Amino acid sequence: MKLKTLTLVTLFFQGILTWAQTDTTTDLLGLLGDEEPVIYSTATFKSTRVINGQSIENVAGGVMDFRISHRFGTLNSGVHKMFGLDIASMRLGLEYGITDNWMVGIGRSNVNEEVDGFTKIKLLKQVESGPKKMPISVSYFGSIVMRGTEWANPERTNYFTSRLYYCNQLLIAKKVDDKLSLQLSPTHVHRNIVATVDIPHDVFAVGLGGRYKLSRRLAVNAEYFKLTQNNIPGATNSLSLGVDLETGGHVFQLHLTNGSSMNEKGFITETTGSWNKGDIQFGFNISRVFTVKKPKGYQE
Amino acid sequence: MKNFILSIALLSAISDTQAQKYFTRNGYLGFFSKTNMEDIKANNESVTYIVDWSSGDIQISALQTNFKFEKALMQEHYNENYVESSKFPKATFKGKIDNVSAINIKKDGTYAATVTGALDIHGVSKNYTTKATFKVSGSHVIAETKFNVKCADHKIKIEANLKNNISESIEVSAKADLTELKK
Repeated sequence: MKLKTLTLVTLFFQGILTWAQTDTTTDLLGLLGDEEPVIYSTATFKSTRVINGQSIENVAGGVMDFRISHRFGTLNSGVHKMFGLDIASMRLGLEYGITDNWMVGIGRSNVNEEVDGFTKIKLLKQVESGPKKMPISVSYFGSIVMRGTEWANPERTNYFTSRLYYCNQLLIAKKVDDKLSLQLSPTHVHRNIVATVDIPHDVFAVGLGGRYKLSRRLAVNAEYFKLTQNNIPGATNSLSLGVDLETGGHVFQLHLTNGSSMNEKGFITETTGSWNKGDIQFGFNISRVFTVKKPKGYQE
Repeated sequence: MKNFILSIALLSAISDTQAQKYFTRNGYLGFFSKTNMEDIKANNESVTYIVDWSSGDIQISALQTNFKFEKALMQEHYNENYVESSKFPKATFKGKIDNVSAINIKKDGTYAATVTGALDIHGVSKNYTTKATFKVSGSHVIAETKFNVKCADHKIKIEANLKNNISESIEVSAKADLTELKK
């Protein structure tokens, strides 16, 4: 009997408890027992470039990005060259997102008459919140550049492959908070032909990049590529400082840098300017995106 | 005594089945901003809806990052600048169907109802009352409503120079095909 009374009392209290629970707003959604969703970090950088170098960002799937990049001459080139404004290096680029995680692009630069082709693939995506944990984003970037200038020694047999340069890069990025993002970019560049036997075909460098958002539409960026070897004659490390200005479908990137080239093998291994000596060039990138294919799931 | 306990257990079991709940994970939420300059539309087709017909409770949960826009950049701006999805990943509605007793989910037909409750967007909650219809057809109930939300009410800031592109009052439409939640 005692046991039965206990059971009754337990049942009674259970009843009260259930009643108390249903009296307040029940958490109906909680009944479904759905897992918290995974939220990935987005907009770690405003553009697909930090300044010269690649950022962790891709153009979205189905989006075409038309890019005009321009570097004037050095500020210390004097009044006859209008402090660099008379000189123009440029790259025109057409870049497309095949999916949200895979983009390809081609570009043409007047520096050494180069054509470049590249691909960028997202490997890991930083998780902002949710059941999965991932503190960083990682992408792979690979490019081939073809130099178009006349052969230096036309009298000997020259091979087409001697025109080619390759770049492999890992982009490791962290969106620290809403404003601050940082990126580390270990880079390998291979040159099929070099001037002398003492000059290495393979060059390794480490890139450091960052952006700090001042407002929704304005950010300051900095970027530095440090060569890990000093056996490349005349080469200096690439340093760039700039701002990103976003207006709807355009991103304007204005910056100061010490190199003219706008492809990886160029600004990482062939920069010769020195900030200390005033070899500073003003430049800009303009990005205009066009939606080629509307996002999956969008209803007209 | 044993019988008594059994009957209590049975009774509670019966009241459980009466507390019928309908739900979907593929409900629709859309919004529309109209200005002279630009129309902006977005839709989300993986919204969770759940209704408890005994209490009239209705709850909705939508993941902000699942709203699809015409342009990927719009979606990025929506999440990054306006609703700040990394801080407030979900929009939720928790409310009641005021005249739930008038809805007979056993009988086909279209029932008009009023729904009142709190809508939480961008971490800011506001009470709304809206007219809704519940269309019962067999084992399905299709819930539908439309109402307006003011950005400022949820502390969603629109830059002065974009006031011509983004409407201050956004039309929200909701539609869900609900079926019974079987436990």
